[in-house]
Amino acid sequence: MSETVGESRESDRPVVLVRDLWMTYAGRRGSEAVNVLEQIDMEVRKGEFVCIVGPSGCGKTTLLNIIGGFLKPTRGEVVVDGEPLQGPDPRRIFIFQEGGVFPWLTVGDNIGFGILRGRKADRDRVVDRYVEMVGLNGFERAYPRELSGGMRQRVELARALAANPEALYMDEPFGALDYITRFKMRSDLVRIWQAEQKTILFVTHDIDEAVQLADRVIVMGRRPATIRTVVDVPLPRPRDFQSAGYLAARDQIFSAMGINPTTGSEFS
Amino acid sequence: MRRWFGLPGLPMILPCLVAAVSLLVWDLAVRLSRSDLFPGPWQVALGIVELMRKGLLIKYIVASLYRVTWGFGIAVLVGIPFGLFLGWFRPAYWAFNPILQALRPISPIAWIPLAILWFGVSDAAPIFLIFLASVFPITVSASAAVQNLQPVYLRAARNFGLGRVQLFRRVILPAALPQILTGVRIALGVAWLVVVAAEMIAVNSGLGYLIIDARNAGKRYDLVVAGMLVIGLIGLSLDLLVRRLERFEEVSWGYASH
Repeated sequence: MSETVGESRESDRPVVLVRDLWMTYAGRRGSEAVNVLEQIDMEVRKGEFVCIVGPSGCGKTTLLNIIGGFLKPTRGEVVVDGEPLQGPDPRRIFIFQEGGVFPWLTVGDNIGFGILRGRKADRDRVVDRYVEMVGLNGFERAYPRELSGGMRQRVELARALAANPEALYMDEPFGALDYITRFKMRSDLVRIWQAEQKTILFVTHDIDEAVQLADRVIVMGRRPATIRTVVDVPLPRPRDFQSAGYLAARDQIFSAMGINPTTGSEFS
Repeated sequence: MRRWFGLPGLPMILPCLVAAVSLLVWDLAVRLSRSDLFPGPWQVALGIVELMRKGLLIKYIVASLYRVTWGFGIAVLVGIPFGLFLGWFRPAYWAFNPILQALRPISPIAWIPLAILWFGVSDAAPIFLIFLASVFPITVSASAAVQNLQPVYLRAARNFGLGRVQLFRRVILPAALPQILTGVRIALGVAWLVVVAAEMIAVNSGLGYLIIDARNAGKRYDLVVAGMLVIGLIGLSLDLLVRRLERFEEVSWGYASH
């Protein structure tokens, strides 16, 4: 009997595997069909924090929607946990750019929304735990309209975590927030990610956001979106945003997108 | 500095003031014109008292409200589920919406001859007319409410693994409720409008009948105007009643706060 290869480290196992993925939208009124995504190959490993960064309208949201199971690709496949993707699944919760918190439910009821099983007492305990984790104590009975944009995103994050998923797919979740709030949300997200050990796939157009958050940054180009490069960010957390390693990773992403990192001019 | 319209109680005081001034103008106009037929506010008040003494006022109000309750109640019970169904199931919307939109602009008054033909001079005729008048706004608002649902809520709910029944109960219905209630409120106003018109023709009781009867039986314009006033006041109360419903948390999230 041959020596079997021991189980690879947990963190090396790809949970999401995208193979030769294409997305084409049919053109309107005789105009040509548009390739939104071209030949995407990527993977996300268990427990990893991966950012997809690219210019606005490059198809990164489309890519995340395909991985989330909300859209069918024109060609190619997505394999999750070794099986072809079937559709949306509570083991992988999507956090939406436009905000998916239910306005008819209180903060507490929103957070408990995805806990479908179990006794009420258990559910309440889970809700309390995540209210605490995202720092919304005292707002359990408030309605979303009474909250700021940042607090609403915290509710959505807590609602996702309370369903105990393996992975979170986040589509520019902080895009509509002001600079300082985003800054705080990022550091809280890193803290929560470290505590909860979820896999996170995070889409953003903000290069700094990507470098501050990710283990790896997948850089996409303009339409049709292809993956330009993947940048590893092996920096310890909390990160020093002035460190040489940080700036090097940032420059690498800027260059891959064809932008001069110091002047902002394009040199494509 | 505080502006004068920041005074407390003003939203209550102002309408009373306008009502009082209107009564005065009315009184003055009748006195100056020396009209024999058109009653002043005092005569109308006496007319209302007379109706109360005879027991007719309560009897007619109850008769009218009874018809509205039935016609409107059936419209709610039919219109909300039907509207939700149309809003959710596209082929049903394609199939039924054109007919709905063609029937909707036909005034309920136009149905009176058919209502009498089918139901005779009975309570069923006005109830049918009220049902017709109120079922359309309710159906349309319920189906629009479902169609206007933000796709992101549906996707979030699907992501959490909700089944069809759960999706309906926990997302579609609560999301649609504020807009449905707005449709219900409009429908109740229309229902009240129609009961009076229907009673003028199809039955011999109720506030609409009171108005026509008072005119035909002796040119009692004091009773005509008394009937009109009572109709207005009850309409106002019905609207206030539905507005109270709008304060419930289940729907208040859907309205802009004041």
